[in-house]
Amino acid sequence: MPPGRPLRILVCIKQVPKAQDLQVDPKTQTLKRVGVPSEINPPDANALEFALRMKDRMPAEIVVLSMGPTSFDESLERAVAMGADRAVLLTDRILGGSDTVPTAHALSETIRKIGGYDLILCGEETTDASTGHVGPGIAGHLDIPQITYISDMEIVDGRVRARRTAEDGSEWWETAMPCLLTVNFGCNRPREPTLSGKIRVKRGGVIVHWSCADVGIDPNKVGLKNSPTIVAKVDTVHLPPRARKMFTGEPREAVAQLLHALVEDGVIRP
Amino acid sequence: MAERFDAVVVGAGPAGSAAALALARERFSVLLVERGRAAGAKNMFGGRVYAWPLFDLLPEWQKDCPVERFVTRESMVFLHGGASLALQFDSPRLGDGRAASFTALRPRFDDWLAKKAEAAGAMLITGIRVDELLMEGGRVRGVVAGPDRIQADVVVLAEGAMGPLAQKAGLLPDLAPPAVSVGIKETVDLPAATIQERFNVGEKEGAAFVFAGEASMGLRGGGFLYTNKASVSLGLVVSSEDLARKKAEVPAVMEGFRMHPAVQRLIRGGKVSEYSAHLVPELGLGMRARFSGDGVLVAGDAAGFLINNGYTFRGVDLAIASGVAAARAAVDARARGDFSAQGLASYERHLRELNVLTDLETFRSAGGYLKNERLFSLYPQLLLGITEKVYTVDGGGKRRISDIIRKEMKGKAPLLRMVRDLIEGARSM
Amino acid sequence: MIEHHNALEGKSHFKGVWVFLEGRKGALRDVSIQLIGEGRRIADRRGVTLTGVLPGYRVEALARHAIGYGLDRVIVVDHPLLEIYRSRPFTKVMATLIHRDKPEIVLYGASKNGRDLGGRLHAVLETGLAADCVKFDLDDEGNLDMIRPSFGGKSLAHILCKQHRPQMASARRNVFLAPSHDPARAGEIVHQTADLSEADLDAKLLEFKEFVREGGQRPDEAEVVVSGGYGLGDPKNFGMLQELADLLGGAVAASRKAVDSGWIPKEFQVGQTGMTVRPKVYFAIGISGAVQHLAGMQESGKIVAINIDPKAAIFEIADYGIVGDLFQIVPELIRQLKELKAPGLPTEILPAAV
Ligand SMILES: Cc1cc2nc3c(=O)[nH]c(=O)nc-3n(C[C@H](O)[C@H](O)[C@H](O)COP(=O)(O)OP(=O)(O)OC[C@H]3O[C@@H](n4cnc5c(N)ncnc54)[C@H](O)[C@@H]3O)c2cc1C
Ligand SMILES: Cc1cc2nc3c(=O)[nH]c(=O)nc-3n(C[C@H](O)[C@H](O)[C@H](O)COP(=O)(O)OP(=O)(O)OC[C@H]3O[C@@H](n4cnc5c(N)ncnc54)[C@H](O)[C@@H]3O)c2cc1C
Ligand SMILES: Nc1ncnc2c1ncn2[C@@H]1O[C@H](COP(=O)(O)O)[C@@H](O)[C@H]1O
Repeated sequence: MPPGRPLRILVCIKQVPKAQDLQVDPKTQTLKRVGVPSEINPPDANALEFALRMKDRMPAEIVVLSMGPTSFDESLERAVAMGADRAVLLTDRILGGSDTVPTAHALSETIRKIGGYDLILCGEETTDASTGHVGPGIAGHLDIPQITYISDMEIVDGRVRARRTAEDGSEWWETAMPCLLTVNFGCNRPREPTLSGKIRVKRGGVIVHWSCADVGIDPNKVGLKNSPTIVAKVDTVHLPPRARKMFTGEPREAVAQLLHALVEDGVIRP
Repeated sequence: MAERFDAVVVGAGPAGSAAALALARERFSVLLVERGRAAGAKNMFGGRVYAWPLFDLLPEWQKDCPVERFVTRESMVFLHGGASLALQFDSPRLGDGRAASFTALRPRFDDWLAKKAEAAGAMLITGIRVDELLMEGGRVRGVVAGPDRIQADVVVLAEGAMGPLAQKAGLLPDLAPPAVSVGIKETVDLPAATIQERFNVGEKEGAAFVFAGEASMGLRGGGFLYTNKASVSLGLVVSSEDLARKKAEVPAVMEGFRMHPAVQRLIRGGKVSEYSAHLVPELGLGMRARFSGDGVLVAGDAAGFLINNGYTFRGVDLAIASGVAAARAAVDARARGDFSAQGLASYERHLRELNVLTDLETFRSAGGYLKNERLFSLYPQLLLGITEKVYTVDGGGKRRISDIIRKEMKGKAPLLRMVRDLIEGARSM
Repeated sequence: MIEHHNALEGKSHFKGVWVFLEGRKGALRDVSIQLIGEGRRIADRRGVTLTGVLPGYRVEALARHAIGYGLDRVIVVDHPLLEIYRSRPFTKVMATLIHRDKPEIVLYGASKNGRDLGGRLHAVLETGLAADCVKFDLDDEGNLDMIRPSFGGKSLAHILCKQHRPQMASARRNVFLAPSHDPARAGEIVHQTADLSEADLDAKLLEFKEFVREGGQRPDEAEVVVSGGYGLGDPKNFGMLQELADLLGGAVAASRKAVDSGWIPKEFQVGQTGMTVRPKVYFAIGISGAVQHLAGMQESGKIVAINIDPKAAIFEIADYGIVGDLFQIVPELIRQLKELKAPGLPTEILPAAV
C-alpha cells in the first residue's frame, strides 16, 4: 500500500435467493429467482464485514462490485448502507448465462477499469452456484497473489498476513498487495445497515451501472454462448423417505420411546 | 459525517407520514424514519379510516389511495348466549363527501401515505429504529439510531402507542395497565363476490360492525368487523386490566368471539390468513401531560389521540390531523426562530383548529363510560333476554312487554342505576 | 500470461485422463486415491491412459506408490519451490503441462487446495471446471458427464463441457471408493522440469498449526454419529455429547456454526463444506437443518433430531424427532442408556423380541 493514501478494498458480492427460500422451479429445474426474497451471498457479507472492520481501524475506501441484473442494486444498496463507500454493478444482457469462466473474466476486466486497488475480497463460495471458483479465477486473470478460505487478517509493514483454514490445520500466509482473498463464511458477524448509510444511499450517486461496452469487455468472451460448461439436465434427488415420527410427552417418556424405536430398528444395541 | 435535517419524524404511521408530508411542503428538509421493513409492514388496526383529514392534506387522495371499500352500512350487534340483536343503518351518504369512511389494509395504506410524504420531498428511511432522542442541555436536538446521531431543529415523535421515546423525554405519564387496551385482529379471506352477497353491498361498498356483550366475554371492550375487498377484518379491543384481573387469555377470548353464531354467519367459509395483536392507548385527555417540549412534538397514538367510544373507533384520522398540526406548529416556530417548547406552543391551538383536541374533549368521559362494566355484560344480557321473550311464542301464554322487562330486570339492575348509566353514556357520546 | 486454447478445432488432439495428485506429509490425500479409482474407470471406458500429475519436492517414491492404485503413469514435477502447495507455482506447472500434453480430462480433489488451484487454473486456461462432483459418466459423444449436487443437494446437475478442452472437475471426498493398492503394478514415471523462480513465490507460509484430533472415532467411519450445533450454546456442552457418543459406541461431530464459533475443530464438521457421513444413526442435536448441513448427512441410516423449535427444518428429514430442550433430553438419554446397559436391571424400554 503506498503510504499517504487510504487502502483501497474491492469486495465482490453476489445477490442470491435467501437460503431458507431456495426453491427449484419444477419445470425448468433452475433456481427460482423472481418473487423469492434475496440476500447478499452470506460469505460475501462476511467479506464485506471484513473490509468494514479494516476501515474501522485505518483510512480505507471500500468499493463493492457485482455482476448481475439491476435487481442486484438491492444488495449493493445494503452494502453501502452498511458502510461501503460506493458500488459498481456490471450489468448487461449479454452477460446472461455466464458460468465461472466469463464471470471471472468480466469481473477482472471491471476491476482493471476501477483500478488502483490494494485488496480484492470475495466470499469463499456462493450459496447458489457453490463453486468457489470465481475468486481464484479473478486472481488468475489479474495475475495477482491469492489466499483462499481466510478468516483473519492483518496488514503488517504494508504486507498482508492472513489465516487460512485448510482441512488439517490453519495456516498463516503472507503476501504483497495487491492480492485477492476469499473469506470464510461465518468468520464474523456482518453489521446491520445504519441510518447514515441509508441516508447516503437515498441521496443517490453511490451505485454506478456499467455495461460491457463501458468496461470494454469483448462480447465474444461472455454470456451463455461463451461459457465452457452447460447444465445438460438436472435430476431431482429422491432421498429415502423418512418416518418423521415425533415422540412427545415428558423427556423421560419421549426418550424411552426413542430408544425403544432405535433398538427395534436394530441400529443400536442395548 | 454528521447528518442534519430541519425536522426528523420518528415513525411512518399515519401521524408521522402526515407530519413529514406537511413539513416537506413547507420546505423543511425532513427525515422520516420507520423501523419496519416498509411503512406499515408491521402495523395493524381495526380497519376503518375516517377520510376527512385527507380532503385537506391530499385533495386528490381518492385517485390512488388504497381504499378497500367505502363503508355504506353500519351495524351494532349485541351478543348474549347464542343470541344476537342487531341494529343496522344503511345510507349511501355514509360513503359520501367529507363524512366518508373507508376500510383499508395498513401495509398498503401506510405505504401509500409515506410515499406521498416522499413525493413531497421528505426522505423516508425504513428498517431503522430510532433508539433515543439526542439531548443537549435538557432539550431535544435530534435522534440517535445505532452509531448515528442526526441533528434536527425539531423532532416529531409519531411512534405509536405507548410512545417509549416520548416517555423517556418526560412527555408522557407511564402507561400503567388501566390506560391500555389490547387489540386483536384476524384477517379472514373471503371472495369479493361472497362479501358483496353476504353483506348486501356493492362492489366498492362495505360494511362495518361493532359488537357488544359477549364479544369480549364480559371484559370491557368490544368487537369489530370490517369488510375489505376480499377479506374481512375481525377483532376485539379489550381492557388489559380486565384481562389480567379475570385471568383471561387473549386467544381464548378471541376464539369465544369468533365462534359466536352471529360472527360465524359473517365469516363462514373464510380462511384466517393473518393474526396480530397491538396495544391501544386508552388514556383520557385528563391524564395527558404535554404534547410538546423543547425541540419535540408528539403526535398520533403516541400522544394518546384516539377515540374509542364503543361505536366508533377513531385513531388514524386523528393521527393524520395531529401530524398536520405538528407541522404547522413547526412552521410557526421556524418563523419565530425558536424551537423551544415556547416556540412550539401553537401546537395545541392547531390541534384544536383541526378538531383533534375538540373531538377528544367531547369524548373526554368516554374512558370513564367504558369503565362501566355493566355496559359490556349486564345490559346486553338484559336487552337480549327481553328481546328473546318478546319474540318467543311457545303457547305458554304471552305477557305484556312491560311485564317482561320488569321480570327480566328483577334483581339484576336497579332501574335507576341503569337509567343513570344510559344517560351518562349518551352524554359521553 | 499463458496463451489460451478455445479448442473446438483442436478438440481431437486432447487425449487421456489426468488426476491431480495432492501429497501431504509424504502420503497421498485420501481424496486423490479415491480419484485414481474413478479416473481408472473413466479412462478404461474412453480407452485411454490414466496419468497422475504430482508436483512436489522429493516425491518420486510417492509417485511410484501412487501407481499401485491403478495409474498408467505419473508425471512428476520435482522442485524445491513445490514443496508445499502454493497457488501460483502450482497453477503455472499445471497450465504448462496441460498446454503441452493436452489431456482430455483433468480431475482434482475438491479439497481447499484443489479448489484453490482449479479455480485459478480454469480461468487461465479458459476451460470449464465443475466443482464438487459426486458422480461421473460419459455422454453419447464421449463427453464427460460431471454430476454434482446443486441447490443444497436438492438436485443433481449434469454438467457438460462440450467445446473446450480439457474437461475439468473437482470431486468430493469420500464419495468414490478407494481402490486397493497393488505394489506390483507397473507404470511409467515421467519427469518434467518446472520453469520456476523466486518470483513465482508470491506468498509465504509463516505458520502452520495442525488440528489435533483427540483420539476418539472419526465421524466418517463411525456407525453412530452424535452431532451438535449452535443450540449447544457453549463448547463445554460437547462433553455431554461425547458421553452420549461413548455410550453408543459412536463419534461426535458438529455443524459448521458450532465449528465457526470455535467450539470444536474443523475436522468434526459435517456438511457441504465439511465431511459427508453415512452412519447407521445420526443424532442432530441443536442443529437447525440448513441445506448445507443436510448435504453432509442426509444419507444416514436413521436420523434422530432433537430441537427445541418444532418448526426446525431438521425434523423434515428425521426418522425420529423430539421437540424439547436438549439440556433435558440429552441427560435423560444418557441416563436411560446407562440403565439399559446395566445388567440385571428391568428395562422398561426393551421390546419383547430383543
Ligand atoms: C385493534 C385495533 C383496532 C383499531 N381500529 C381502528 C380503526 O378501525 N380506525 C382507526 O382510525 N383507528 C383504529 N385503531 C387505531 C389506529 O391504529 C391508531 O390510532 C393509528 O395507527 C395511530 O397512528 P400513529 O401514526 O400515531 O401510530 P402507528 O400507526 O402505530 O405508527 C407508528 C409507527 O412508528 C414506528 N415506530 C415506532 N417506534 C419507532 C422508533 N423508535 N423508530 C422508528 N420507528 C418507530 C412503528 O413501526 C409504526 O410504523 C385501531 C387500533 C387497534 C390496535
Ligand atoms: C458456503 C456455505 C457453506 C456451508 N457449509 C456448511 C457445512 O458444511 N456444514 C454445516 O453444518 N453448515 C454449513 N453452512 C452453514 C449453514 O448454512 C448453517 O448456518 C449452519 O448449518 C447452522 O448451524 P446450526 O444448525 O448449528 O445453527 P442454527 O441454525 O443457529 O441452529 C441452532 C438450532 O439449535 C436449536 N436450539 C437452540 N437451543 C436449543 C436447546 N436448548 N435445545 C434444543 N435445541 C436448541 C435451535 O432451535 C436451532 O434450530 C454453510 C453455509 C454457507 C454459506
Ligand atoms: N456475479 C458476481 N458478482 C460479483 N461477485 C461474484 C459473482 N459471482 C461470484 N462472485 C464472487 O465470487 C465468489 C465465489 O463465487 P462462486 O464461484 O460462484 O461460488 C463469491 O463469494 C463472490 O465473492
